[in-house]
Amino acid sequence: MNLAIDIFSVSAVSAGALFFLAGTVGLLRFPDSLTRLHALTKVDNLGLGLVVLGLLPQVNGLFGALKLVSIWLLVQLSGAIVTQLIAGAVRQGGPQG
Amino acid sequence: MNAATLFGLCGAALVGFGLYGLVTNPEPLRKILAFNLLGSGVFLVFGLVSRRAAASGLGGDPVPQAMVITAIVVAFAATAMAIALVLRLLQETGRSTLHVDNPGGTDTDRGNS
Amino acid sequence: MTILSAFDIGLVVLILGIGASTIAARDAFAAVIGYVVYGLLLAIAWVRLSAVDVALTEAAIGGGMTGMLLLGAVARLRLAEGNDVRTSLPTRLAAGVMCALIAAGLAIAILSPPDPIPTLAPMVMEHLAQSGLGNPVAGVLFVYRALDTLLEKVVLILALLGVWSLAPDSVWGGIPGLRVYARPGSTLTFLAQLLPPVGIVVAFYMCWVGAKEPGGAFQGGTVLAAMWLLVMIAGLKRVPSISQSWLRLLLVVGPVIFLAIGLAGMVLANAFLDYPAGYAKPLIVAVEVALTLSIGVALGMLASGPPERVRQP
Repeated sequence: MNLAIDIFSVSAVSAGALFFLAGTVGLLRFPDSLTRLHALTKVDNLGLGLVVLGLLPQVNGLFGALKLVSIWLLVQLSGAIVTQLIAGAVRQGGPQG
Repeated sequence: MNAATLFGLCGAALVGFGLYGLVTNPEPLRKILAFNLLGSGVFLVFGLVSRRAAASGLGGDPVPQAMVITAIVVAFAATAMAIALVLRLLQETGRSTLHVDNPGGTDTDRGNS
Repeated sequence: MTILSAFDIGLVVLILGIGASTIAARDAFAAVIGYVVYGLLLAIAWVRLSAVDVALTEAAIGGGMTGMLLLGAVARLRLAEGNDVRTSLPTRLAAGVMCALIAAGLAIAILSPPDPIPTLAPMVMEHLAQSGLGNPVAGVLFVYRALDTLLEKVVLILALLGVWSLAPDSVWGGIPGLRVYARPGSTLTFLAQLLPPVGIVVAFYMCWVGAKEPGGAFQGGTVLAAMWLLVMIAGLKRVPSISQSWLRLLLVVGPVIFLAIGLAGMVLANAFLDYPAGYAKPLIVAVEVALTLSIGVALGMLASGPPERVRQP
């Protein structure tokens, strides 16, 4: 049972890391700020969600699991708002890349 | 060499980088950045000292860790003062540098303090 | 080579790379963004060094608050003319050689540790149970070296006085020039309405749990300051003028309570900043809560800068 849980954790965290890698490739390769923002937010939220999902079985107790999930929710909230603000600034300032 | 020594050497390298940036970069803001880098390198060396001295069931000696916490706060206070000084220099002279072109009577006094 | 040591090597390479790019970047904005990322990577390095309290402080103050100060300064300095003469190549070479020598000297000192490594951990743990604390770093900060923590708080207030004193005479006592982006109904307003309740709970939780586990007054105070700054920047609360009495009262309540408990220790216990037996933990928690409030206000005001306009009557 423990082995199955560990395998699940490692595979979920690795999948999350792969998504982060994809997002970083998008950050480096996309042509301008708006497309880069799009890549980063979508992918980072999903990647962090997978990492949290993988870590959930490793935590003992309900409170630890709740803390992990609330971390994911807070990162989503702040990430989404900051993306909106940056996109607004980019649109006002004109496309400067 | 274990992980702690690796971080200590990283701290030594950061001290070198920070000192180089402090000496060679003429803008005050970049000097403040380099100073912060220098400080964080010194803190990493403290972290090595703390980790090396782990004993009695702890992961590290807590005394250097407490000193680093104090030092981070004090370094932030110094950075805040330095940035306020740079911004005041900008307000007074309209320039962000300390380099004076023709010394002797270039600053316009705006009647402040 | 295990997975963990590969992680450490990768982390050190990243830290050195970003540190070098912060120094070598042409654009000040890129350098500051690099510095914020560097602060967060350092926090991970501190966790690897088993110093979780320091990691929390570095992420909060080193990465977050310093980054905010620097970004604000870069935004204002963008309008300045910086007719800088780039340092000449011989000077840079000489500086490079000198810095390499200093770094090498430090490395030699690091690689030759004293033979029985001196440690204060047994002494710390010996008497920690008496004070009722479970976190040895909190024990060092508030029991063994309480004078350092008191003076550190005073240094914060002195720095704030220094920043305030840079205001021109005509606006002394006025409102700090924090850039406010008050657009009602924008996403920033939404964030400033949603996040601060969570942030305040997190701040006091960090302060409370710091007695037993990593946390403490400084980390909690920084989160409190960040929430206050968010509310001010979104325009939900006005930036207070520095002559308001509630502001000044909150600033000093932390060190005053700390000092009062310290002086009471001269009467009720053996010496200055000594706690009477059995009452150590409640007194320390009271000091920590008061310090969290004061640190929050002090850091928020430090990030707002000197006064720039006069309060409208």
